[in-house]
Amino acid sequence: MNETTTSSLDESRELITFRMSDQEFCVDIMAVREIRGWTQTTPLPQSPQYVMGVINLRGAVLPVVDLSRRLGLGPTEPKARHVIIVVNIGTRLVGLLVDGVSDILTVTDESVQPTPQVACDVVDSFVKGIVTLEGRMISWILLDEILPEPKEAAA
Amino acid sequence: MSLSILTVDDSRMMREMLLLALSEQGFVVTQAEDGVEGLEKLNSASFDVIITDINMPRLDGFGFIEGVRADEKHRATPILVLSTEGDVEKKTRAKTAGATGWIVKPFNAEKLVSAIRRVSA
Amino acid sequence: MDPLESVKITFFQECDEHLATLEGDLLAMEESAGDREAIDAVFRAVHSIKGGAGAFGLEALVSFAHVFETALDHMREGRLAVTHEAVQIMLRANDILADHVEAAKSGADADAAAAAAMMAELNALSPGEGGEAGGDDALDAGGTAPDELGFVPLKMDIADIGGDDTASDPAADDADWVVTFAPHARLYATANDALILLRELTRLGESDVSLDASALPGLDEIDPEGAYLSWTVRLLASCTEDDIREVFDFVDGDCTLTLERATGDGQGAGGSGDAADELPPADELGFRPVQIAIGEDDAITSPVAESDATPASAEPAASAAPQAASPPPTAKPAASPAASATIRVDLDRVDKLIDLVGELVINQAMLAQRVSETVIANDSNVSMGLDELEQLTREIQDSVMAIRAQPVRIVFQRMSRVARECASATGKQVRLVTEGEGTEVDKTVIERLSEPITHMLRNAVDHGLESPERRAEVGKPAEGVVRLSARHQSGRIVIDVADDGGGINRERVFNSAVEKGLVSADATLTDDEIDNLIMMPGFSTAQEVSNISGRGVGMDVVKRSIQELGGRLSISSEPGVGTTFSLSLPLTLAVLDGMVVSAGGQTLVAPLTSIVETLQPKADAVRRIGPNRTVLAVRGAHVPLVDVGVAMGWRTEPLPATEGVAILVDSEVHGEAALLVDGIQGQRQVVIKSLEANYQHVDCIAAATILGDGRVALIIDVESTIGSNLRGATPAEAKELLAAAG
Repeated sequence: MNETTTSSLDESRELITFRMSDQEFCVDIMAVREIRGWTQTTPLPQSPQYVMGVINLRGAVLPVVDLSRRLGLGPTEPKARHVIIVVNIGTRLVGLLVDGVSDILTVTDESVQPTPQVACDVVDSFVKGIVTLEGRMISWILLDEILPEPKEAAA
Repeated sequence: MSLSILTVDDSRMMREMLLLALSEQGFVVTQAEDGVEGLEKLNSASFDVIITDINMPRLDGFGFIEGVRADEKHRATPILVLSTEGDVEKKTRAKTAGATGWIVKPFNAEKLVSAIRRVSA
Repeated sequence: MDPLESVKITFFQECDEHLATLEGDLLAMEESAGDREAIDAVFRAVHSIKGGAGAFGLEALVSFAHVFETALDHMREGRLAVTHEAVQIMLRANDILADHVEAAKSGADADAAAAAAMMAELNALSPGEGGEAGGDDALDAGGTAPDELGFVPLKMDIADIGGDDTASDPAADDADWVVTFAPHARLYATANDALILLRELTRLGESDVSLDASALPGLDEIDPEGAYLSWTVRLLASCTEDDIREVFDFVDGDCTLTLERATGDGQGAGGSGDAADELPPADELGFRPVQIAIGEDDAITSPVAESDATPASAEPAASAAPQAASPPPTAKPAASPAASATIRVDLDRVDKLIDLVGELVINQAMLAQRVSETVIANDSNVSMGLDELEQLTREIQDSVMAIRAQPVRIVFQRMSRVARECASATGKQVRLVTEGEGTEVDKTVIERLSEPITHMLRNAVDHGLESPERRAEVGKPAEGVVRLSARHQSGRIVIDVADDGGGINRERVFNSAVEKGLVSADATLTDDEIDNLIMMPGFSTAQEVSNISGRGVGMDVVKRSIQELGGRLSISSEPGVGTTFSLSLPLTLAVLDGMVVSAGGQTLVAPLTSIVETLQPKADAVRRIGPNRTVLAVRGAHVPLVDVGVAMGWRTEPLPATEGVAILVDSEVHGEAALLVDGIQGQRQVVIKSLEANYQHVDCIAAATILGDGRVALIIDVESTIGSNLRGATPAEAKELLAAAG
């Protein structure tokens, strides 16, 4: 919840956009480490369904989240055309499974509007704002809450 | 003028501090961790100025200075003692051993450089 | 980074290094009955901390370290005896020193009251001069004294010396300075140089230098080490006496120096060739003589003169001397040269190397697997080459891991304080004896040892040892002994915490366990089983939970945390003689020997250390308990049979036991149990990868690894996997399962 929603006005940002369930979403390019093709994950026991499992990212164990499912848009049936966007969330590296990356946008903060209240609850809690550009409506995803809450000191 | 300086101190922090202050002046710094290593360095090289600590393992500053002075080729090399010891007896000992000058910690780069200038030709 | 910040980081690193060895050195000091080397080592450490703290203006740390150092200096000089009591005080002083360093690190203030109390104690140690060594002295040694560059600062009031008549003459302050300077031979022996001094002097302002070579003897009489020349320098009045004095700071005592104000016309100084030892009377020359300092060794160097007629060659006078003036060093410069045969390497680099070797191991395995899938596998040259590569990889890995191995001393050293504090909180007397401090384990393990050992130690002092009164009653010395020892045993490190207390009160433990419903009142348990109840979750003998060993943490939590590291905790106790807790851990948390298995369509790794045997369950050995639970008969006993695929949530229906393989494991909490898997793929060493780094802890999983096919495989946490099977059980089932396990 400590997102920098009140950043300076004149700053322009680059965003990576992608599609899921016929909707457009984006994340700040600064958070993106790399984009890679889909690989079979190793499922984790006792984990939420949107956590697809873990993959080997050059020696590191990377959790992969089905972003569509996480946002309440229904599960993804991963195929070769799907991609994993590897993002930094705090000190963690997390993979986000999405349909495919569309383009890179440069926006100023003026073109970002607060999330309209009409959006459904699940999406609402993950969307930081709406980018309107040339008639497109792109939801800017807040990454902080994508991972499940860590269980209390799993005794 | 780029002086070559040997610093002898068992404290890594002090060595880094000296390196920082001296290289800022364009001096060329060689480091030794104690008196023994200091003498080893002096076997193969000469320096314009030597700066040494007193309290060190293996061979302390007094022994080191005596060792330097015992070597013909380092008889005229200025040796500055850098130590927290402030008392007269220790200073006298260092001087008797052959120390050229004495700098009391805490470390002050300006004073150090001025002291070096004052003993080097 | 600000370079000074990085020096500060070094300072704190060095503080930690000093603090880590100080305790042991203090004890060594006592053991060696005041051996000079031992005291020196302690002194140096405290001294060094003080010195660095001064550089960063850490006043509180400087003051405290100074008082500590002063007491140590008394010991060093034999003014203070190295007694048990004195060392005890210093051990506590060491604790407070550590607190100060910690406080300085975080920019916080250390406990001033505790420091003040300890400083008073330390001061009281100092012979004679009770509370003197405090504040003022600290300031002095901190270097804020005015003479940072000088030898002996001499505060001289010119007015006092010159006599009433001239002192009050204001015109004198405007007069030029006349400095006469006559080096002694000693000045050259310390590599000081009259010419450099003159150069510095003339830098102060417009000046006029004249040489007096009158004392120069004939060539045949010249002593090459002698000093025959003197100079008179007339300086403009603008510079201060301090400026001039500073120039001669280093040669104080090694020359004859006079500093005077010229009167009116200032003609007195000129070429006066008379600037020898004898100071002219003030009225005669019109000067006010001020003798700054007279060398103690005047007598031996007279006549004052110079070896060389020309000032330009004055410098080599000392270096030209054929004989060494100073005695050779008495210390042995050649002592232990091997001691420096180590290098300091940034840990990040080592960790990077370990990561890379981990990758190499994985890649080697991947290569081997791919080759084995192709035809050329039959080529003996290829497979021989692969074998050699594997061998080599393994050796590299072992060697790299060895770089990170550290002695447990690092952890043990902190424990004396724990024992001390715990003893004083419980009113007990404790002597902590450590053994095997040199035993090495990987850094990853070292880091995780401290906490469980601390708890075990607290537990031993708090619960293990009897009160001094009780000990007296049973004829034991008032001081209890806790023995902390480390050793390698079959590829693991074993750490024992053994007390010589009263042993476990089994009756009370059993009753308590019954009260808490952990065992039934009519159960007959062996002594070992009762002892192990202590480490069961939910057990803590309530009337004994104190804030010492407790802090709400029971031995079950300690055990649990050890198990998470792939370790085991066991207990043995003998009434009246004492209790021993043994902790065993793998030597590294970076690699693990595992059995690669498949379950529920996934590949998993079971840690080899917990595996007793594998077996093919026969139909008649499997018995169902309740709807979902099964036990397996193994050598006459029944153990819970846990389907791994179900436990992980990868399938809901357990595999028919006879179709799978049972892995018999030794679980600490639940005793023996069997894990049912679909099949076994083989055994191999795997590189442990953290799940927590990018995700979080996952039930039933200890960690992850990467297998030869490049995919992530999970490492089974045996304890929690078996535990998960029990958790959902009905009380009746649990009882039966537990009974079966027992």
